[in-house]
Amino acid sequence: MKTENSKVNGIQKKYETVSSDVLIIGAGGAGLRAAIEAFDNEASVVVVSKSLLGKAHTVMAEGGIAASVANVDSKDNWKVHFSDTIVEGVYIGNWRMAEIMTKEAPDRVYELERYGALFDRTPDGKIMQRAFGAHTYRRLCHVGDKTGLELIRTLEDQILHRDVNVMDEVFITKLFIKNNSVSGALGIRLRTGEIILFRTKTVILCTGGAGRLYKVTSNSWESTGDGIALAYNAGAELMDMEMIQFHPTGMVYPPGVKGLLVTEGIRGEGGILLNAKGERFMLRYSPEKKELDARDVVARAIHSEIEAGRGTEHNAVYLDISQKGAKFIHQKLPGMYSQFMDFAGVDITKQPMEVAPTVHYQMGGIRVDPETCRTNIKGLFAAGEVASGLHGANRLGGNSLADILVFGKRAGLAAAIYSSKTALSSISTEEISKEIARINSFANKKKGLNPQTIIKVIGETMSEKVGIVRDGKDLGLALTKIQALRKKAKNVGVSGSLKFNPGLLSCLEVEGMLTTAEAIIRSAIARKESRGAHTRKDFPKKDPKFKKNILSYKNGNSMKLKMVSVPSMPDRLKQLVKLEVY
Amino acid sequence: MKELTINIFRMDPAVDNAGKYKKFNVPVQEGMVVLDAVRYVQENIDPSLALRWNCKAARCGSCSAEINGRPRLMCKTRVDMLEEEITVSPIRAYPLIKDLVTDVSNNYEIERRIPAFRPKKGAAQPFLINQIDVTRSQEFRRCIECFLCQDVCHVIREHNTNYIGPRHAIKVASLDMHPMDGIDRSPMLNGDLGLGFCNITKCCQEVCPEGIKITDNAIIPEKERAVDYKYDPILRLARRLRRGSSAK
Ligand SMILES: Cc1cc2nc3c(=O)[nH]c(=O)nc-3n(C[C@H](O)[C@H](O)[C@H](O)COP(=O)(O)OP(=O)(O)OC[C@H]3O[C@@H](n4cnc5c(N)ncnc54)[C@H](O)[C@@H]3O)c2cc1C
Ligand code: SF4
Ligand code: SF4
Ligand code: FES
Repeated sequence: MKTENSKVNGIQKKYETVSSDVLIIGAGGAGLRAAIEAFDNEASVVVVSKSLLGKAHTVMAEGGIAASVANVDSKDNWKVHFSDTIVEGVYIGNWRMAEIMTKEAPDRVYELERYGALFDRTPDGKIMQRAFGAHTYRRLCHVGDKTGLELIRTLEDQILHRDVNVMDEVFITKLFIKNNSVSGALGIRLRTGEIILFRTKTVILCTGGAGRLYKVTSNSWESTGDGIALAYNAGAELMDMEMIQFHPTGMVYPPGVKGLLVTEGIRGEGGILLNAKGERFMLRYSPEKKELDARDVVARAIHSEIEAGRGTEHNAVYLDISQKGAKFIHQKLPGMYSQFMDFAGVDITKQPMEVAPTVHYQMGGIRVDPETCRTNIKGLFAAGEVASGLHGANRLGGNSLADILVFGKRAGLAAAIYSSKTALSSISTEEISKEIARINSFANKKKGLNPQTIIKVIGETMSEKVGIVRDGKDLGLALTKIQALRKKAKNVGVSGSLKFNPGLLSCLEVEGMLTTAEAIIRSAIARKESRGAHTRKDFPKKDPKFKKNILSYKNGNSMKLKMVSVPSMPDRLKQLVKLEVY
Repeated sequence: MKELTINIFRMDPAVDNAGKYKKFNVPVQEGMVVLDAVRYVQENIDPSLALRWNCKAARCGSCSAEINGRPRLMCKTRVDMLEEEITVSPIRAYPLIKDLVTDVSNNYEIERRIPAFRPKKGAAQPFLINQIDVTRSQEFRRCIECFLCQDVCHVIREHNTNYIGPRHAIKVASLDMHPMDGIDRSPMLNGDLGLGFCNITKCCQEVCPEGIKITDNAIIPEKERAVDYKYDPILRLARRLRRGSSAK
């Protein structure tokens, strides 16, 4: 590491320089798996994350990893998993990504086991699997309701025993691009407030989702869509940004925990949904699958009940598992029992829970090549929730943990290979100084606008106008609002220095949040049909004209959109999937 | 609207010689937790207040602090359970970075020193393991690395020893009790890693938000194991045989 000075307009700006073959932004499951692979393929690897190592959003994952190891239902195989994934993604998912994921997920699960993860077991000693919405077979390998924690700890252990440079609590603010290739990135080390220049041959973005754009979400603090904005500004293409998954059941009360996830496992174990009048309304919406229909179906049903005035006093519906008895609940759902007891004072063995949909996952994201996870920018890769393609218009529960392992590994390998054939390129001192000046402009600002005032309006706008059920008029209003906020956002600033200053981070996040929100809204306006997670009141039907992927990208200073055909499946795969009906 | 008073520790060691508590008034909401109150201050009154939080669901272990003197997760502590006036300070076992944030990086250094899982030689893959044999290790794997147990351990707080602390002792135990693991770490734990300094006060397991029986289920068995090895080579051999194919 060395310290350098750059002098622009007479202002001295100090920064440290860190060089690597592969710079991985994000230490969730995707980032850590990528780091292992890149390191094992002889690359020098730096991993940065904006929170502490081991705390990434992935730790919250509960239900499990979908992989057709067929330990419980012997008829399962990758082909069935493939078909479930494509059908549930409503035929706009990328067939090759789905094929790769479903074929390789079992290997990634067994590899985790070899790394030391301890999964729950079947009676004959194999990895246990549980049922989840819209998976044909019991498919989710799990560790109680703490699968994400085991996944992160296991990978963390592997990383700590390799010579990987982990720089946690470093916040990346910009990617540098030269001649359409990656040359580096700039970040702040929160602990000290120092600026760090990363010179690197490749960058893998593993920055996760953007749930924090919404007022009500199950996502962690970190999920503000930073990676989407970093990629967009670097010239990368985004895809299907309108596809936001609402999980049907989030907590609603007390206000402090609004949005917190109530696991699908409750319905999996027999929990039923009731409206305020005590009707089991899923019988009307989905007589066959009832509570266990796909997430978009159940979320819309709950939304309709509340809209029709059949919700509870907190605008929710009831989820009741108490009929199963206390013993059963303590054994199968201990985490949920204490979550409701500790936070809401509700005893779920005796009382129903109040639940309503909560923003949970982003299916859209950076457009990548299925084999290597590379983007249209040379040396720039993306994997995990920040990437798009695999899940199409709706993600199956459990497919994300499989996604982050399978494509994390592939991205790590591809980046290592690419970097072995590339040299570091230079970064202009002027660009560096400009970015350092931008960061500094937010700090030590006595009269700055509090960034929270903007974040709050983003959250309200997205939740109210870009929610589960959308229409053209509201989306138009939302776009106007976001554009107005962009002007206002120029004035944000906080007191205090660059050192561990959460307000400063919010200032830096705001711009990315606005960019991500804009891409979501513009794509939602463009998709004039209802498909999967995207429902339009003014276009309530699915439309073959829109069996397309919607790209968004930067053109000069404005955002452009383009519809592209969904890559068509080879015949060998077509025969696995039932024909799409309209 | 009802308000509560919260005293929050403020200090940037790079600039200040001593820390001070600043008093804030925060509107009370039903079901509010301490993290809500601290975040209210950070978001509305002083955006530069340093704190850590990620999940707000007691799952990530980021928001550890001392609340009215007791180590707790801020996101799991309801304000209606505390006296009217709340005081929040950073955890004491680690060097202060700023306000409520401490430098916990030495925990990762310790983890590097603990040998990672290595499958037993010749173990058939994929592994066949009975549920009953994974349960013991899984208890320790619930750890969210909040380091509250490290914070209350008097050996860590007051004595400068080589003891790695309760969080890491259970890490060792979780690996040792993995039925397919091929390394025995207890000699190292009782030797270089300093478990001998622990005098079984059980303070650690009292504060664990995950309810892990750190002393009863990890530390005492690991200590006993070391005693066995020292004094009883036969027992040691018998144990190894008894471990059999699935249980270690
Ligand atoms: C409550 C909950 C339960 C879930 N349960 C399941 C489940 O059972 N099964 C399943 O398959 N999926 C589940 N999911 C979804 C799944 O957990 C996530 O999609 C997945 O973990 C995403 O992993 P990731 O590696 O892509 O990103 P993340 O884990 O989100 O990690 C993102 C990383 O990027 C870093 N980062 C972001 N921005 C920056 C920046 N500007 N500078 C530096 N670093 C940055 C962050 O610090 C973090 O380390 C669940 C999600 C939630 C919220
Ligand atoms: S039991 Fe041992 S490890 Fe736990 S607090 Fe007491 S001395 Fe520390
Ligand atoms: S053992 Fe308990 S108290 Fe200690 S770090 Fe883990 S979760 Fe926290
Ligand atoms: S914020 Fe994650 S444990 Fe409190």
